[in-house]
Amino acid sequence: MTADFASEAVDVVVIGAGPAGMSAATRAARAGLSTVLIDEQDAAGGQIYRAISRADARRKEILGPDYAAGAAIAEAFAASGARHLTHATVWQVTRERGVNYLKDGKIGSFDAQRVILASGALERPFPIPGWTLPGVLTAGAAQILLKSAGEVPAAPPVLAGCGPLLYLLGWQYVRAGVPIRALVDTTRHEDRWRAKRHMLAALRAWPFLSKGLQLIRTLRDAKVPIFEAADDLRVESRIGTDHVERAAALHFTTQGTAHRLEADVILLHQGVVPNTQFTQALRAAHRWDDAQLCFTPKVDAWGELDVPGIFVAGDGAGIGGAQAAALQGTLAGLAAAAQLGALTAEARDAEAVAQRRALAGVMRIRPFLDSLYRPRDINRIPRDETIVCRCEEVTAGELRKFVELGCVGPNQAKSFGRCGMGPCQGRMCGLTVTEVIADARRVSPAEVGYYRIRPPIKPLTLGELAGE
Amino acid sequence: MTTQSTHSLFKPLPGAQGAAATQVAIWFNDRPLSVPGGCSVAAALLAAGVSRFRATPVSGAARAPFCMMGACFDCLVEIDGMPSRQACMVEVTAGMRIRSQEGARDLPPCGAADINDAPLETAHDR
Repeated sequence: MTADFASEAVDVVVIGAGPAGMSAATRAARAGLSTVLIDEQDAAGGQIYRAISRADARRKEILGPDYAAGAAIAEAFAASGARHLTHATVWQVTRERGVNYLKDGKIGSFDAQRVILASGALERPFPIPGWTLPGVLTAGAAQILLKSAGEVPAAPPVLAGCGPLLYLLGWQYVRAGVPIRALVDTTRHEDRWRAKRHMLAALRAWPFLSKGLQLIRTLRDAKVPIFEAADDLRVESRIGTDHVERAAALHFTTQGTAHRLEADVILLHQGVVPNTQFTQALRAAHRWDDAQLCFTPKVDAWGELDVPGIFVAGDGAGIGGAQAAALQGTLAGLAAAAQLGALTAEARDAEAVAQRRALAGVMRIRPFLDSLYRPRDINRIPRDETIVCRCEEVTAGELRKFVELGCVGPNQAKSFGRCGMGPCQGRMCGLTVTEVIADARRVSPAEVGYYRIRPPIKPLTLGELAGE
Repeated sequence: MTTQSTHSLFKPLPGAQGAAATQVAIWFNDRPLSVPGGCSVAAALLAAGVSRFRATPVSGAARAPFCMMGACFDCLVEIDGMPSRQACMVEVTAGMRIRSQEGARDLPPCGAADINDAPLETAHDR
């Protein structure tokens, strides 16, 4: 079988149409470079600005001003002259900057002078007993249903976990008139104290901080029951009249008191982590970030990897949020343009000054947020009975047995028990597996490492690969 | 576990754009189903009361959409004869024939049933 097809030569390929990707493509195209932005969705926006160009006034009002701000970035991108390849899934990026994708069941390929990866973030795995049941979704999933389909839970949901997105979703539901059963916050009182060390820096990012406080105030004003310092989260199931086993209630404790909240829809969230599938598959250098509890690719001040000509912009290089992502996208676009001779180094540096100043401003809040919303150990390194690998249904207990038998890292865990070998390719379990093994071996996650990610990073059939 | 009445997990927001205005007719497991149009297959099925999209190959456990952004692969269904489609990444269109994916995917129908057509991720299941 040979994949025989012609590659199209372009100056810059950008992957991902969120704020980082749109801004990177906009800047590269404005410099006169032939630029292609490839994305899986049918419209620009990524997850944070999902369906931004299609949202009507009512939906924008519900989702709030931060969402609506994405429209300006999408308009600038649309006017930039960059080509937008929608509904296309990139399944491989090579170190030589070949970009292979699948669109409408057909494969295609670009030969790029520069590649900018802007594949953003994934929600951090939240492995608790019952998290695989129908009716348990991530808060991000609920937000996508709201943004792209105008759908909300049919009965009052429980929101559980920690982090800005969880409160934002609650705020959006209140604005949409959707009743919320409860907000179950896993942030401990110790975390609040620990985070205060970073308070001074955070105060300098006051607009961001006051927005967060306003979200929580809205929930309190709407009389949403809020449970603090929740522990021992577990989802109880029931058999519906459709004979499907599904979520029925969330169990948890607060300071030793047991609670049970009935809900058909339970929305989990404990922060987002960089989507490193491309950078890992490229064998780029990564480091363990102990503040954000994740692996991040090593990049220079422009976002360039240790793989020449390949950049990362946005949350994929470490979580900074949408505003930071847009600025990092512009910086990567500037660097690519200068490297290809479309911009002088002086012009690049002059334009970067304002971008870097703004970036430093929006990043001031991060140490405070990382500290306050550091997910609890038990919600990252679960007890034995909890499923870790959703695809192959491998529990934390089985993983610990593998370690007893001599398994030293995630890649061995695959051969011990198929952990991480399902279709999600470790996206839902990778960090959990690293941390469970590190904890069992009493070594650092950095020493344990991550899954060896291989192309195709999204499944495709051999028939598609063969161009049949 | 108890048995109680069952309704949709999600519903269109009352008064929002697209709500119930653009229903499309599809088939789910050979039953006709009216679902909201202009959204993903996953969003459409959730609003129509489907709460089981697939059964896992390992234990047969029921699964439904979890991440809605193409990462978790828990919403895999068969669409128009093509197995292992991510319901959250495909837009629903009228007349679609959708089936829940039961365990490991089936071989493709008709003469194309060549083992080489298996997607890479489930190659171990045969």
